[in-house]
Amino acid sequence: MELTLRGVSHKVGAQQHLYPMDLRLTPNAVTVLLGATQAGKTTLMRLMAGLDRPSDGRVQVDGTDVTGWPVRKRDVAMVYQQFINYPSMTVRDNIASPLKLRGQLDRAAIRKRVDELADKLHIEMHLDKLPAQLSGGQQQRVALARALAKQAPLMLLDEPLVNLDYKLREELREELGQLFAAGQSTVVYATTEPAEALQLGGYTAVMDAGELLQYGPTAEVFHRPASLRVARAFSDPPMNLLIAQGFGDRLQLRPGLELALPGQGGVTVGVRASALRVTQQPGDLAIQGEVELAEISGSDTFVHARTEVGELVAQLTGVHDFELGAPLTLYLNAAHVHVFDAAGLLTRAPERRGAC
Amino acid sequence: MARIDLDLAHAYRPDPKADSDYALLPLKMSFEDGGAYALLGPSGCGKTTLLNIVSGLLRPSQGTVTFDGRDVTALTPQQRNIAQVFQFPVIYDTMTVAENLAFPLRNRGVAPDRIKARVGKIAEMLELNGQLNQRASGLSADAKQKISLGRGLVREDVSAVLFDEPLTVIDPHLKWQLRRKLKQIHNELKLTLIYVTHDQVEALTFADRIVVMTRGRAVQVGTAGELFERPSHRFVGHFIGSPGMNFLPAALDDRGGLSVADQPIAGLVDPVTGAALSRAEPFALGIRPEYVEVDDVGDGVAALPGTITGVVAQVQDIGTYWLLTAKVGPHTLKARLSAHAQPPGVGATVALRVLNPHTCFYGADERLVAGATAPAAPVSTAAAVPASSSAPEGLA
Repeated sequence: MELTLRGVSHKVGAQQHLYPMDLRLTPNAVTVLLGATQAGKTTLMRLMAGLDRPSDGRVQVDGTDVTGWPVRKRDVAMVYQQFINYPSMTVRDNIASPLKLRGQLDRAAIRKRVDELADKLHIEMHLDKLPAQLSGGQQQRVALARALAKQAPLMLLDEPLVNLDYKLREELREELGQLFAAGQSTVVYATTEPAEALQLGGYTAVMDAGELLQYGPTAEVFHRPASLRVARAFSDPPMNLLIAQGFGDRLQLRPGLELALPGQGGVTVGVRASALRVTQQPGDLAIQGEVELAEISGSDTFVHARTEVGELVAQLTGVHDFELGAPLTLYLNAAHVHVFDAAGLLTRAPERRGAC
Repeated sequence: MARIDLDLAHAYRPDPKADSDYALLPLKMSFEDGGAYALLGPSGCGKTTLLNIVSGLLRPSQGTVTFDGRDVTALTPQQRNIAQVFQFPVIYDTMTVAENLAFPLRNRGVAPDRIKARVGKIAEMLELNGQLNQRASGLSADAKQKISLGRGLVREDVSAVLFDEPLTVIDPHLKWQLRRKLKQIHNELKLTLIYVTHDQVEALTFADRIVVMTRGRAVQVGTAGELFERPSHRFVGHFIGSPGMNFLPAALDDRGGLSVADQPIAGLVDPVTGAALSRAEPFALGIRPEYVEVDDVGDGVAALPGTITGVVAQVQDIGTYWLLTAKVGPHTLKARLSAHAQPPGVGATVALRVLNPHTCFYGADERLVAGATAPAAPVSTAAAVPASSSAPEGLA
């Protein structure tokens, strides 16, 4: 289904929760709503679901104006942060409940559908248990299975994995990505984590302080953030932002440290943590500093350094040891930086190989 | 400060028999004097049980806890001289920051000038010195938790300081700064610190040595580097890293030839590894996604040394790297490729180099049998290296 928002905004009293926005969700794909807490993600989802009415603007489903239609007239499935299941029903009955309500399938068909979904979400061995007998991750799988059982053309998920351990999150995210890719529903998935958006793929709408900043294919938005605000919202660790002075054919970070890139006047050079290296390659700029902390995530080491151009974070693959306070040289290639003009708009992004 | 030795087990029910009856399976472990340790594992793995046994809040159902050789199994946390920091701030709202920090010292009758010096030092380390005379009640959750950390660290004579997920309430953007503070403080004070968390970043960043736990068992104690390079148990390979280690079934034939996922592999297994593996059958090959090398071979190219053949099922742009998922028969293998590489397309047949110095082998009991084989096959001749060879990130 195709969901379109036209000039939609939301006000509560004098407070503007959402500023007017236009958004056409790509049908039968996943759209990630990415933004910090208070960015307006949940407010926007409630408008999409019909739980709230926008203060202004229209909501259209497949060309039909549904603004103001109550939620029960919309065909929507929702999953929340908290695991919401019927506590007195077995897992099987929980998953079956939307199918029974609809009454289109006979008992055997419902049974078959529930078995399929339970298999997909790896809870087939728990079908006869009560939700309270399951772990948090399993309970959330039940809630997800129930939402999927509904086969609603629009599925809204509000940070569904936030309360789970990171390994479980990783597993479920992968499974969900595959289910969404099957393309049976238009899915909206809210998260605060850039990594989650990248792993789900699809499309991303970046939100900040009640504004929709950018919408497009997830990787495209990540690699070409339209503005500094988008770059800040869609980076973890934060993109390193360096003030530079443009002299026509070169950008000066400080006297003696220059990137051979065009630019005039005051600009901001954005350097993703992964663009900084500790090994030199031909043509690199060398930035001197010292280690503040090496954070190890398991697969990556994030080195926080105090350098001659300010605080920098470098992302290195694998586990690396650094003593606190040790001297460190970081290397940077001009081809790997973003440049934003004085108004904070993107003027240059690194070229990508293998871009689809 | 003390060296802590554990030789114990704990069950909440009497007369435990099966493994599942134990909250903590029999373990023998030492915490060196002045070391920084983390207990890491998913919820329910037994890490908090272990911490409570060290502190004296819980008495193990069998075995002993000794501090510097002295049996303290029956002693209370106070008698053991343990300082603790919990998830949520525990402070006196009506006292000033300085009074809160001084409280544990005053309680023990430390001389006022020594208290002043010590409180000053801890406050400076935690950057609380500007707020020393402020009432604690008006402070943010972050600042309050810093006071809790300071109170845990203020005494010089403690046997150990124990932390139970102390950064839970801290704003995500401030976490790294506090991690840094804790690390600096440990470098300076050399207290014995034990830190419980389910967050791998916290554990790997904070601790010199990490105890990885699952289902009541401590499966590995090691540095961050060791857990990454040589997981001694499949659980560690899986749990550390995102995505975790790949595992594929492997076997040796009568002549010592290795096959992985039912494909004979033209690689070298050194005699020592070979002997260990032949005793361990059946076994699995483990390799991290960072260390899988991917060559787009197209059709009909003879197998390259150390590789198996797979078909690309998915290529994801994770922004800072490409994540490639390949199918090898019914098995799945993930590889992390540099963002600057050109990844092969979905459906392409690829050679996956799974045998190199980073390869590990695991027995049926999920434990490490042998680390890497002899130096990986020499970098292939020009003819064998396709132009689109993508170096894995970890080897770049």
